[in-house]
Amino acid sequence: MNIPLTSQLINMCAALLLLIAFAMLSQRRILSLINLFALQGLILAFSTALVAHTSNQHHLYYSAGLTLMLKVLVLPWVLHRLIRKLNIKWDVETMFNIPTIMLVGLALVIFAFNLAAPISQMAGTITKSTLGIAMASVLLSFLMMITRSKAVPQVVGFLAMENGLFFAATSATYGMPMVVELGIALDVLVGMFILGIFFFQIRVAFDSLDLHHMEKLKED
Amino acid sequence: MFDQFGMLPIDVVLGVVVFWLVLGMAGLALQNSRLIAQFIFPLSAIGSLVLAGAALAGLGEVSTAILPLGLPDLPFHLRLDALSAFFILLLGAASIGIALFSAGYFRRMVAAELSLLCLEYHIFLASMALVFLADDAYMFMVAWESMALSSYFLVTTDHNQPDVRRAGFLYLLIAHVGAIAILMSFGVMQSGHGDYTFSAMRHTHLSDFWASIAFLLALFGFGAKAGILPMHAWLPEAHPAAPSPVSAMMSGIMLKTAIYGILRVSLDLLDTQLWWWGAFALALGLITALFGVIFAAVQVDMKRLLAYSSIENIGIILVGIGLTLIFHAFHKEALAALALTATLYHALNHAFMKSLLFLGTGSILHATGERHLGKFGGLIHKMPKLAILMLVGILAMAGLPPLNGFVSEWLLLQAFLLSPGLPHPYLNMLVPVAAAALALAAALAGFVMVKFYGVIFLGQPRDTTLAHAHDAGLWERIGMICMVIGCIALGIFPAFVILHLDFVTEMLVHHSLGSSAAQTGWLLLTPIQAERASYGPLVLLLIIGGGSLITVLLVKKLYHGRLRRGPAWDCGFPAQTARMQDTAEGFGQPIRQIFEWFMDVVRQVPSPFDLHPHYHGETHDRLWNLFYVPIKRVNEIIGNQVGKLQHGRIHMYLLYSFLTLLALLAFIQ
Repeated sequence: MNIPLTSQLINMCAALLLLIAFAMLSQRRILSLINLFALQGLILAFSTALVAHTSNQHHLYYSAGLTLMLKVLVLPWVLHRLIRKLNIKWDVETMFNIPTIMLVGLALVIFAFNLAAPISQMAGTITKSTLGIAMASVLLSFLMMITRSKAVPQVVGFLAMENGLFFAATSATYGMPMVVELGIALDVLVGMFILGIFFFQIRVAFDSLDLHHMEKLKED
Repeated sequence: MFDQFGMLPIDVVLGVVVFWLVLGMAGLALQNSRLIAQFIFPLSAIGSLVLAGAALAGLGEVSTAILPLGLPDLPFHLRLDALSAFFILLLGAASIGIALFSAGYFRRMVAAELSLLCLEYHIFLASMALVFLADDAYMFMVAWESMALSSYFLVTTDHNQPDVRRAGFLYLLIAHVGAIAILMSFGVMQSGHGDYTFSAMRHTHLSDFWASIAFLLALFGFGAKAGILPMHAWLPEAHPAAPSPVSAMMSGIMLKTAIYGILRVSLDLLDTQLWWWGAFALALGLITALFGVIFAAVQVDMKRLLAYSSIENIGIILVGIGLTLIFHAFHKEALAALALTATLYHALNHAFMKSLLFLGTGSILHATGERHLGKFGGLIHKMPKLAILMLVGILAMAGLPPLNGFVSEWLLLQAFLLSPGLPHPYLNMLVPVAAAALALAAALAGFVMVKFYGVIFLGQPRDTTLAHAHDAGLWERIGMICMVIGCIALGIFPAFVILHLDFVTEMLVHHSLGSSAAQTGWLLLTPIQAERASYGPLVLLLIIGGGSLITVLLVKKLYHGRLRRGPAWDCGFPAQTARMQDTAEGFGQPIRQIFEWFMDVVRQVPSPFDLHPHYHGETHDRLWNLFYVPIKRVNEIIGNQVGKLQHGRIHMYLLYSFLTLLALLAFIQ
């Protein structure tokens, strides 16, 4: 095998990301979900740093740092604080049948790899083989948003989707321009604060964070 | 005539448009009924006069202008050619009388309402002028839509009545459906070049198929504005709802913008004309004309009656357009010119006579507060001046010589009679049938007008409130006199009018009528040849006038020489009441009997034992149930189905986006 070590490490990170995406999909407990999200961010930051080291793209170091700070430290901390304040730390969520969701997730991964194959062949980056995984984790996070009924896991799903997009950008074209990345980071941060406020409002209005109650808002 | 000031006619027209807009804003700023009525509206009439003069001067030349308004890189193109000049002339000439009438009619209105009405009125006028001037689809649609919107607000002046709001909504809806069709027609005509100026469309050659699509879309879209079947439903609703000067303007002038549009698209913008377009327009026009006149005959609301009569006249004009297209497609240019002259002449006539009648209904409405024909009767005693003015309009509308209605219908029938030269056997056989149907419509129009005048002005008052009726005011009479002068002048001097119409026919069908029409001098109108047919209106007028005068003199000299007024012969039954007169329903009864299968009649016949019997009959439009109601149902069903997509579950909404994302990804793959 003549694949260099860094490349192998990157591939391993990608595999871990996919594994975490599946873990998030099947995780019922909110606290564990947030921890998984933090872990995903950590692996993402690590892999970005590896890519930066391999390809000598220095701006990727900043990206990695940003990811580490925002997605591993700030956002999980905010989320932890939120669920403590909302007193839902030990909540267990009812979901659809988990094996079925996993099967659907498998189908999505196959679809994503199939989709990424022609793009991977065109891309000249050393991370080209991971594009399929990046897309798969975007789709899996989306699927997670659909299957969750509570507000906090949906937001975690949304943030995880952003992680997947970030990974896709890194693997396809060595990341987006710094300005765009900074913008997205700010968006995620602001979005998180706004959603946090929403949580409280939803709880005041419906006495619960279960989104089924929002069906009442529809006009007949 | 403006040349000595160094101004082109198009500059003057634009100046008047700006002047009108300024007047509208001034009216909004004034907020004073008396000032608006006595100064703004007469000034507006002066603007109309200048506009008519400029258009008359602009008939013989083509001038263009580019307004630096609109979007960046997309300026407004304007062009004044013979066709637009003719219609601007129509707008200016007909709006003089309407503006003067409005000066009297609106003087008692609440100031806040009147100032808004004044603004909308002038925006309406200005946008109609811009519709005629527009030389690109963008400008045209902007002007067209502002015309529709301003007229919508004019129709809903009395918006606190639910009926009026409903009528306004129906009008707006049909106007917008039509506007979409017009827009699509322009889209077809620019044929993918992305250049929406009319000059580019003129130079684009479309295949027969696409040209037909463009023509049919335009016919549908403009037909919605004109009231061609089956898009006529808004006319009988909107006209009774609107104030009378507004009805006059909409019926007299605005319907003509649609005629202008059809002519502009079919004969100017499209470079090929297929004969079946003409046959289609002819058939549609005939159906519309007969439908309009039959329904007019059974109406009991005076403004509704006039609205149906407008549908009839638009039908006649469309018949003329159809005939023009047929002749033009077969390269019979002389006959096409004759048919087109008749069409344009009738459009001009209708602007005057229908506006006159609508203005008259406004005076009646002010004097009595009634629209229902069953309440009138004997108004000739209470409103003698109005009765004389209305009589001219009625005679013109009925198509009697020597007034203007006769000239255009006669010219159109002449065109029909000359059609056996067509190189198409089926058309040759069918055209005489169409001519007969047109003659039937003209005859029934006479019946309708006799009913209208007879029930309102003749006989005895059917209602006690009529005792307080007062004659039309001075401004109102002046406005109507302008219209009457138009009706008489157009009837007496047709050769002059045709000489001016020649500019338009020359432009559209490359042939003109003037050389032959006035070949035996301006006294006699000879459309083709003197030995075939000729018409001397002035001679006829002199004979009619002289004959009447001699009869009156003879009667006065030889018989008794004084006016006697006595009771009518009562057949030996002395207890005569006004209820014994023929009612509006009764007058229309024969027509209703004959065409009952055609309409949806609801009757309430009183029982023989009823001591206070009241007959009640209503005639509805079958097309409403056959055409509009199904469309509404289908819309509702589709709306309900789409509504099911929205159920308030966030997960389903996310699923929609997810599935869309997957589908798009699969698609780009």
